[in-house]
Amino acid sequence: MNGFYEFQFYLFSLLAIASALLFVTRKNPVPAALWLVNVMFALAGLYVMLDAPFVGVIQVLVYAGAIMVVFVFVVMLLNLGRSGISDIRSLGSRLGAGAVGLALLANLLVVQRQRIPRVALAPEIDNVVEGVAASLFTDYLVAFELTSLVLLVAIIGAVLLAKKRVRL
Amino acid sequence: MIPTLLGVLILLPILGFLANGSIAFFGKRAEGDGATTARHPLVTLIGPGVILAAFGVAVALFLDMQRAPEQALHIVRYGQWMPVGNLVIDWSLQLDQLSILMVLVITGVGSLIHLFSIGYMRDDASYARYFAYLNLFVAFMLVLVLGASYPVLFVGWEGVGLASYLLIGFWFSDKANAEAGKKAFVVNRVGDFGFLVAMFLIWVTTQKLDFIGAHAALGAMAGTPVVLAIALFLFIGCAGKSAQLPLYIWLPDAMAGPTPVSALIHAATMVTAGVYLVARAAPIFSGAPEASLVITAVGALTALFAATIALRQWDIKKVLAYSTVSQLGYMFVGVGSGAYTAGVFHLVTHAFFKALLFLGAGSVIHAMHHAYHHTHRDEDPQDLRNMGGLAKYMPATAVAMTLATLAIAGIPPLAGFFSKDEILASVFARAHGSPLASASLLGIPGSTVLYGAYAVGVLTALLTAIYMTRMLLLAFYGSNRTGEAEQEMLHEAPTIMTAPVLVLGALTVVGGWLNLPALIPLGPVGLLEHWLEPVVGSSASRLAGAGHLDHRTETILVAVAITVAVVGIVIALLRYRKPIADKAHSPVDESVLARAYHVDGLVDAIIVRPISAFANIVLTRGVETGIDRAFSAGGSMLSRTAALVGSKLQDGDVGKYAWLLAAGALALLAALTLS
Amino acid sequence: MISEALIVSAILFVIGVVGVLTRRNAIILFMCAELMLNAVNLSFVALAKMHNVTGHVFVVMVMTIAAAEAAVGLAILISVYRHFGTVDLSSLRTLRG
Repeated sequence: MNGFYEFQFYLFSLLAIASALLFVTRKNPVPAALWLVNVMFALAGLYVMLDAPFVGVIQVLVYAGAIMVVFVFVVMLLNLGRSGISDIRSLGSRLGAGAVGLALLANLLVVQRQRIPRVALAPEIDNVVEGVAASLFTDYLVAFELTSLVLLVAIIGAVLLAKKRVRL
Repeated sequence: MIPTLLGVLILLPILGFLANGSIAFFGKRAEGDGATTARHPLVTLIGPGVILAAFGVAVALFLDMQRAPEQALHIVRYGQWMPVGNLVIDWSLQLDQLSILMVLVITGVGSLIHLFSIGYMRDDASYARYFAYLNLFVAFMLVLVLGASYPVLFVGWEGVGLASYLLIGFWFSDKANAEAGKKAFVVNRVGDFGFLVAMFLIWVTTQKLDFIGAHAALGAMAGTPVVLAIALFLFIGCAGKSAQLPLYIWLPDAMAGPTPVSALIHAATMVTAGVYLVARAAPIFSGAPEASLVITAVGALTALFAATIALRQWDIKKVLAYSTVSQLGYMFVGVGSGAYTAGVFHLVTHAFFKALLFLGAGSVIHAMHHAYHHTHRDEDPQDLRNMGGLAKYMPATAVAMTLATLAIAGIPPLAGFFSKDEILASVFARAHGSPLASASLLGIPGSTVLYGAYAVGVLTALLTAIYMTRMLLLAFYGSNRTGEAEQEMLHEAPTIMTAPVLVLGALTVVGGWLNLPALIPLGPVGLLEHWLEPVVGSSASRLAGAGHLDHRTETILVAVAITVAVVGIVIALLRYRKPIADKAHSPVDESVLARAYHVDGLVDAIIVRPISAFANIVLTRGVETGIDRAFSAGGSMLSRTAALVGSKLQDGDVGKYAWLLAAGALALLAALTLS
Repeated sequence: MISEALIVSAILFVIGVVGVLTRRNAIILFMCAELMLNAVNLSFVALAKMHNVTGHVFVVMVMTIAAAEAAVGLAILISVYRHFGTVDLSSLRTLRG
């Protein structure tokens, strides 16, 4: 059981990383968006394997299903898929970015090793949804309400911003 | 009784200063020509009045002290001044034989000069201001001689320097006068530095600054290098205030002030503060024979130096100024060789005849000025070449001036003879067998120094007789060179001016009786010596040692002195018999003596110019460029540079922003990992 | 598994950063930002296994905010495209300091 679990874990991880790499290197925004969707699917799988089924589901529903769809919509709307000139920066920039990236990675790994203590795993919860709901609507109620406010503002803002100016 | 009287004594001139000062400040401004509206009757009453009253108080104090000579020393404490840690300085005044003597001279001669000033400054627009400053000076001078500790003395010391500056530059609308005042103050400052260092040394060594305590402690340390250092630094202070080499350069320039000021400050009182200080600090100086030798040597050299210059001066006040420097040198020879009484005696007699000479010169200048004013001629009323034969027009003044000239030359039985002779005799006596003689100065044995000082003193006496007679002849005798038209206006000064002159003349005649030597039996012997014994006696005997003159030597010395004086007068009579031309028709005197050895030029080139140049550099490069620009322009340069860098960073390129973000995050994380 | 998940999260995050530094297309930039947010979500979930369910709550919050941000950002992008005719960042420089 453990072996299979591990194999699956590594599979999903590899899928996520490979898709991310491919996403970053595509010239055309449409395939890039699709590769990102793939990343999200792989992550959803990882979430489920980490005993967060609720999060996994809403990842697919909200992130992959809604947010990425909006991205693809906008790409289509602006007809950006046809550009011939690549928007990737020069080699120098890429190498520099690579260096920064590697440095950052090294840092993060060291921090993870140093600062995150090895504690025992939390007891498994039967009904995760119930647990999340309980926490969300009691301890973090204010945050919850505020996020709904943020969503409202975002909706109004998006509508206003994207509106075509009406020439009178 | 005594504390109140002392307090009143000091308060009187201070009140005079405040009253006259208020009148000067708030009173009606005189009109342009200031002819008759300038003189304010209240000022005439208060100005000289407070000083006369102070003289009365001084006499009362003196009589009181005479009645009980054993209890003559009084120290009156008026309150605390500076309690700092274990240094406690009080406002204390010390009344003893020495200080009452000085007070009598200051208030006595001072009141005569105040009376004279009523006439002299009658037509001056700043009449009230003059008396205010004069009162202020007397107040500070009294503080100086009555102070019971070095700091209080120093207050007086500085105060008289201030008053001197104010009075020298009294007519400050003429820039040269203001410059002279500045010069006096600055040169004095150099001396004050020495005084301050001496005070610091005294404090560090003895933890005491009052005279009684400090002198007791220092007397026990006689002969040590510390006492020598203190003595030398004190002498630097004296050299500044009393115009000894090389700090004498301010005194001739100080003649720019009104003539009564020259009489009071630069003849009778302020310049004698240095002599007073040496006498007061006798325990220190007698405990440092090398320092005393230095003082004697400097005094002798100054006396000779100034006398040579006076031989070729044409301005009557300049002759008297250099004469003062020369006579001060004599006083320092006296107190330097341990003959404190002799030095102070000469101080007193010099006050009499020098004040007389200056006031007489004032009367002369007053008359000459009026004459030239009347005929609208623009000639120098102070130049000897423009005078001549004034005895015909100003007989009383002429008689007094003649008496004073004879006194300063050293003709018996006038005052100057006794005091000068006593100094020379004391130096001669101490040149053999005293601690001074055994000490050595830079390798030269003390006896050589003292014999040398004696010789110089005799030579200077000769020169003094010559130049003073010259002055007398050129001014009062011979034919008049002022001019036909002016002669009508030449007349004796008003009584208010002539009377004090005559009083001083009388004092010049009888002043010698203050300290008659045993050799010449004319009256009570050594009155002053006995009077000052409790104050300076022990110090004097310490330095005198076994030095003593036998009867025969003393007689020879007296004979030498008289001969020299007579010879000097005769030389002058022979030399200046021939008539000379008036100033307008005389060539400009370019001789070295007339130009006072070009000392002022040297000082200017060696000291003043380099310092000015340096100050200029510091000001322009240092302050203007460094500080002003740094702060005003520098501040704006800083903001501009910062803004430039900032604007380069914010050029709208989002890519660049992203880079900066990444770099910043990396830096923070690195700090986290590395900490 | 937690440490491996954290490593994966770090790698994904760094890929996102590199993407932001390398690309000039604004939409791709947005999507890289989404990738970074996802990486963070993975971290939260992994650590929730170690502590309590608060991690999941935070993931929900992150997702909500990401949604709002995407909506508004894309609306702005549309306005920009309409005004400037391009979404290439190197030509969008009017906000100079």
